[in-house]
Amino acid sequence: MAKRIDVSGLTAYYGAHKAIEDISMTVEPRSVTAFIGPSGCGKSTFLRTLNRMHEVTPGGRVEGKVLLDDEDLYGNGIDPVAVRRTIGMVFQRPNPFPTMSIFDNVAAGLRLNGSYKKSELSDIVERSLKGANLWNEVKDRLNKPGSGLSGGQQQRLCIARAIAVEPQVLLMDEPCSALDPISTLAIEDLIGELKERFTIVIVTHNMQQAARVSDRTAFFNLAAVGQPGRLIEIDDTERIFSNPSVQATEDYISGRFG
Amino acid sequence: MSTAPVSHRRASTLRGASLPKWSPWAIAVGSVAVAAGIGLGAGLDSKVQWGLIAAILFVLGTYAIAARVEGRRQAKDRVATSLVWVCFIVAVVPLASLIWETVKRGVKVFDVYFLTHSMGVVADTQPGGGIYHAIIGTLEQVAIATLIAVPIGVLTAIYLVEYGRGKLAKAVTFFVDVMTGIPSIVAGLFILSFWILILDMGYSGFAGSLALSILMMPVVVRSTEEMLKLVPNELREASLALGIPKWRTILKVVLPTSIGGITTGVMLAVARITGETAPVLLLVWGTSVINDNPFSDPQASLPLYIYQQYANSAGSGAAYDRAWAAALALIAFVMILNLAARGIARWKAPKTGR
Ligand SMILES: Nc1ncnc2c1ncn2[C@@H]1O[C@H](COP(=O)(O)OP(=O)(O)OP(=O)(O)O)[C@@H](O)[C@H]1O
Ligand SMILES: [Mg+2]
Repeated sequence: MAKRIDVSGLTAYYGAHKAIEDISMTVEPRSVTAFIGPSGCGKSTFLRTLNRMHEVTPGGRVEGKVLLDDEDLYGNGIDPVAVRRTIGMVFQRPNPFPTMSIFDNVAAGLRLNGSYKKSELSDIVERSLKGANLWNEVKDRLNKPGSGLSGGQQQRLCIARAIAVEPQVLLMDEPCSALDPISTLAIEDLIGELKERFTIVIVTHNMQQAARVSDRTAFFNLAAVGQPGRLIEIDDTERIFSNPSVQATEDYISGRFG
Repeated sequence: MSTAPVSHRRASTLRGASLPKWSPWAIAVGSVAVAAGIGLGAGLDSKVQWGLIAAILFVLGTYAIAARVEGRRQAKDRVATSLVWVCFIVAVVPLASLIWETVKRGVKVFDVYFLTHSMGVVADTQPGGGIYHAIIGTLEQVAIATLIAVPIGVLTAIYLVEYGRGKLAKAVTFFVDVMTGIPSIVAGLFILSFWILILDMGYSGFAGSLALSILMMPVVVRSTEEMLKLVPNELREASLALGIPKWRTILKVVLPTSIGGITTGVMLAVARITGETAPVLLLVWGTSVINDNPFSDPQASLPLYIYQQYANSAGSGAAYDRAWAAALALIAFVMILNLAARGIARWKAPKTGR
């Protein structure tokens, strides 16, 4: 199920603007990798290159390699739609489909790419909602619109929607930044459970969160404003937070800049 | 002890002298009365002049009274409000009087007989007859024009918003803008020269529909474009990130989210072309008998009927009455379309309730 991601020499552009440069790292399967770094250093951009969402942005362009278990996502003949089915994504702001009910939101990925059996659908929806710790709250109102949930519930709905298509990797871009501490905790617990099944990459501005949920942490930074962002180091989370090998990492974590 | 006077002073700066709730009405009534007095005294016989004087008095009076009682800032605020009201009334009065006039004159001959009979056996100067043939013509011509213009218009808008980049999209946008400005008579002449003079087809409802669809298309493109742009990008990204292909994303996420607005736009475009006279005059030609077939021989249509009843009446009151009644039917039709558009927009709007 879960797969390893191997990135080498990745550079991404917005038109002529180089947003990130020469990033190489390995993301281990069945683990949580956290991306930290100051605002604008390219964490979201890098995350979006991992499932070929970057090229959706007008002018978005990528150089380098992203290997998913030895297959280059940017190789010839690779279908970006298939890549996104394999590598799911949860966004910073909860974005359930406003025209769909809770049930339809979770079923959307399966229904709209036509890969499901009718009889299995409600099982999958139930399993996904349970997986996202939302089932008990919504089981009596599956036909109500998804946008009628609270922010934290909506975010968990989006997670349920993402895991319903059984991806192998789950990318999360600041999934808790719009949520209260309780919903945040619920989602952190959820991440802990999900990593049994998925490879998880999470962007966060919250150091404690990175320390709590992740196995490995990558620190990004940019040399100066207008310069492309770079990967400074990636290591086991414990090491990054106790004894990082680069001074800038320690400065950032201890709040001396950024 | 020391906090009491502070809080007292603070409360008093927040509160100020204010006019009672009914004061705008009182000022309005007062200024209308004064304006009537001035009008009578000066012997102005145009009610429009009375109205203008009343409007000016209302704005000035509001300012003067509010400035005395409430102070200058509140007075400015009230003047802005009263200006908005005056503009609203100036906009509504002609509309209301137009509808009133049409209803008053139109109901004379407006009945079931009128709606279900043609002018086949009635001369234009005689009483009797009806608009059945014109209703059939209008419905068919507008329906065909809509069938042509809506798919092309909506697809063009989807191209422009979802796919369009670079030169081609710019060119399409430019031509849509140009088309928006085409006078209806020019659209009619274009189809006349192309369809009737070059291809040698006869006058027919369909020829009129072609011209109407030219007029309708840019309106549909523009309104659909605006509605599609309102769909948040996040929804598209959410869908794409689920591994849903782009065309299905557009079909199943973007269009359903904006369908209410798109339908409203289409309905308004339909309402607009329903009243077009010039191209129909050139291409459909008009007839006094029932012709159900829009593809051959002249048809009638409501705006054309109104025009012909008026033009051929030779001073006959019966023809005038019929023209007004047909106008009433036309306005009613457009209003029903507008109401339907609102209903659909509300019914299809993204649901937010809990
Ligand atoms: N759509 C875009 N078009 C052009 N430039 C962009 C776009 N999105 C991001 N950028 C630029 O790319 C760089 C990296 O942005 P990115 O959003 O990846 O930062 P980030 O690390 O996620 O920041 P944050 O922590 O604030 O979310 C920034 O300089 C930004 O201005
Ligand atoms: Mg970001």
